[in-house]
Amino acid sequence: MSARDRILGRLRAAAPRTAPAAPDVHTLYEALHRPTSRTERVARFCAQMTGWRGEIVRVTHANWVDTLRGLCAAKGVNSLLYGPRGVHGEALAAAGLSVLRPYDRPVDTWKEELFERIDAGFTSTRGAIAETGTLIVWPDAAEPRLLSLVPPIHFALLDAGRIHDTLFDAICAEGWGSAGGTALPTNALLVSGPSKTADIQQTLAYGAHGPKELVILLLDETPAEAGTDPATPTTEARP
Amino acid sequence: MTARHPLQFVPAEEFKARTRAATDDAHLRQSFRSAMDFLMAKRAAQFPDDSALQRQRETAEAIRRYSLARLPELLEQLERRLTANGVHVHWAENGDEANAIIIDIARRHSAKLMVKGKSMVSEETELNHAMEAAGIDALESDMGEYIVQLDGEKPSHIIMPAIHKTKQQIARLFAEKVPGVSYTESVDALIGIGRAVLREKFMQADIGLSGVNFAVAETGTLCLVENEGNGRMCTTVPRVHVAITGIEKVVEKLEHVPPLYGLLTRSATGQAITTYFNMISGPRKPDEQDGPEEVHLVLLDNNRSQAYADEQMRATLQCIRCGACMNHCPVYTRIGGHAYGTTYPGPIGEIISPHMMGLAATHALPTASSLCGACAEVCPVKIPIPDLLIRLRGEATHDAPAGRAPLLGQGAAKSRLMDAVWAGWAALYTRPALYRAFAWLATRFRALTPPVQSGWTASRTPLRPAPRSLREQLAERRRAHR
Repeated sequence: MSARDRILGRLRAAAPRTAPAAPDVHTLYEALHRPTSRTERVARFCAQMTGWRGEIVRVTHANWVDTLRGLCAAKGVNSLLYGPRGVHGEALAAAGLSVLRPYDRPVDTWKEELFERIDAGFTSTRGAIAETGTLIVWPDAAEPRLLSLVPPIHFALLDAGRIHDTLFDAICAEGWGSAGGTALPTNALLVSGPSKTADIQQTLAYGAHGPKELVILLLDETPAEAGTDPATPTTEARP
Repeated sequence: MTARHPLQFVPAEEFKARTRAATDDAHLRQSFRSAMDFLMAKRAAQFPDDSALQRQRETAEAIRRYSLARLPELLEQLERRLTANGVHVHWAENGDEANAIIIDIARRHSAKLMVKGKSMVSEETELNHAMEAAGIDALESDMGEYIVQLDGEKPSHIIMPAIHKTKQQIARLFAEKVPGVSYTESVDALIGIGRAVLREKFMQADIGLSGVNFAVAETGTLCLVENEGNGRMCTTVPRVHVAITGIEKVVEKLEHVPPLYGLLTRSATGQAITTYFNMISGPRKPDEQDGPEEVHLVLLDNNRSQAYADEQMRATLQCIRCGACMNHCPVYTRIGGHAYGTTYPGPIGEIISPHMMGLAATHALPTASSLCGACAEVCPVKIPIPDLLIRLRGEATHDAPAGRAPLLGQGAAKSRLMDAVWAGWAALYTRPALYRAFAWLATRFRALTPPVQSGWTASRTPLRPAPRSLREQLAERRRAHR
């Protein structure tokens, strides 16, 4: 008999005859979170993400590429990695950014260059979560997984209309992994700020292994309202 | 700590002696006291509304109990879905089997270096030593784990492995062990040193190993929780990714994850969320540019099924490994994680280790509690830890009841003397005449009470009967008032 059969055999012999009712997660979230307006969601997302030391830059469809160009210059970025087949690949390529480097071949053929000679990576985002200040990043064939991990700076373009109240809302609204919903990619990610650690004497340090900086280009055509100034960092959510 | 030899060679039976050494170490106590105060305050700040917290805990408990009640079918569903997604699923009865599976995978790929994300289950199986014996380097890449491995130690806390070390100790360690590094106490510089060393290793590694925080049966998804990004490195850069987890970590649906994840990070470090939540549902597809070409999952029992077989002790497996029970435990705070000599220290370790290692080696652990109840109060999945401690104390000192299989090491702490004392006590307290005679003798001959009373007088004054029993004193008072 295999280890599998022995383990499952023991568990089956001991499992209770009647399982308790399926847990009601919907009721919990209904009780804890009231749905919010788009403006509130955007403001909450910005406040929380700023707390994680994510940098938020408001952009429009018309100016985001130029803003990115300016940010690269300001941060001394000489090589910006992107997915040429990604949703924004064409727009970036058309803008003729001199620093652009395409991620268009298997990582195994250029690992060293990726780790040592790329200053920043650019990705799209699937959406975000307001409650915790979190980006939803779904890498795929066009935008590989390491774009958001290996380069020291991660630029992410986020459509303000795709911010959900909670992770639970995002999973339900888009039907992640459920029949008739959206199939999960091989690697789905939630990202809340740059990489960090507090493993030495509980002292917070950024850039542990992944990006040292996370910059969100927030695509929002509606004018920013009072109290949502992203330049004012909030400290309440500091880890 | 006085023990400088690797902890895995310290038998758990020596627990009591080690607690003495730990409580005598002022630096160690200071490290833990301040770290635990910090973590308790951070957790409390995340739960300003107690009724909301209680609702979340009830839902989280319901999810874990529901998942455990259906464990065998969920494991099979998980295996089916992962296999369909292209992930290889392996089953291991114990640590040796799990290590053999991983070494076999490494050998098939002629691997020389394995980078490891944080995995307490791999600590449980002593994977690093098995890999070393097989000639394969296993390098810890979580900053805290990297630090303790560099110093030849084991983690002293399941979430913050190097919590027992000061930055001065780490500065000396790096200057001594990392080539070309000079002494610096700057935490940013120290983390920068670790980053540079480890990024080099992520590039070179043939295999990446990780644990699993939640395994979703319906979608075949392995979820990993982390702040540093080393978990993502280990599961993305090398050509092979091996995940290892205990059989209890499975949940049915993805929607069951958010309540557990939300409580896990808030209970553990007082964070609303971690930097990364990594959901892995399969290896690199043919048109993808990165990610591992092969993904394996090793499901480990290691006698968790013994806890599962008992309705009360099954609650032990509800644990989501947040470590809040240790952070709030007055005993853990005073002796630190190493004194326990087990992979999982603190209250959760006291109730899970007896299953993994047997009561013969661990019967002292459930006694390392004042039963104050703080652990149960903060547990996000409502494990009744004090009840389970009392239960295990009983199992360690008694035979299994008729008709029930004995636990591993059942009755290991049985003592003829203690049995005789309790039999005598029961006889006295069930026979009034005998009790009165005993009380008369004990009070009249109180001068004969021995001044040294075994363990009791090691740190307390001797027990001595009163000059007159309560019964006699009351009778006297009645006479005086008449």
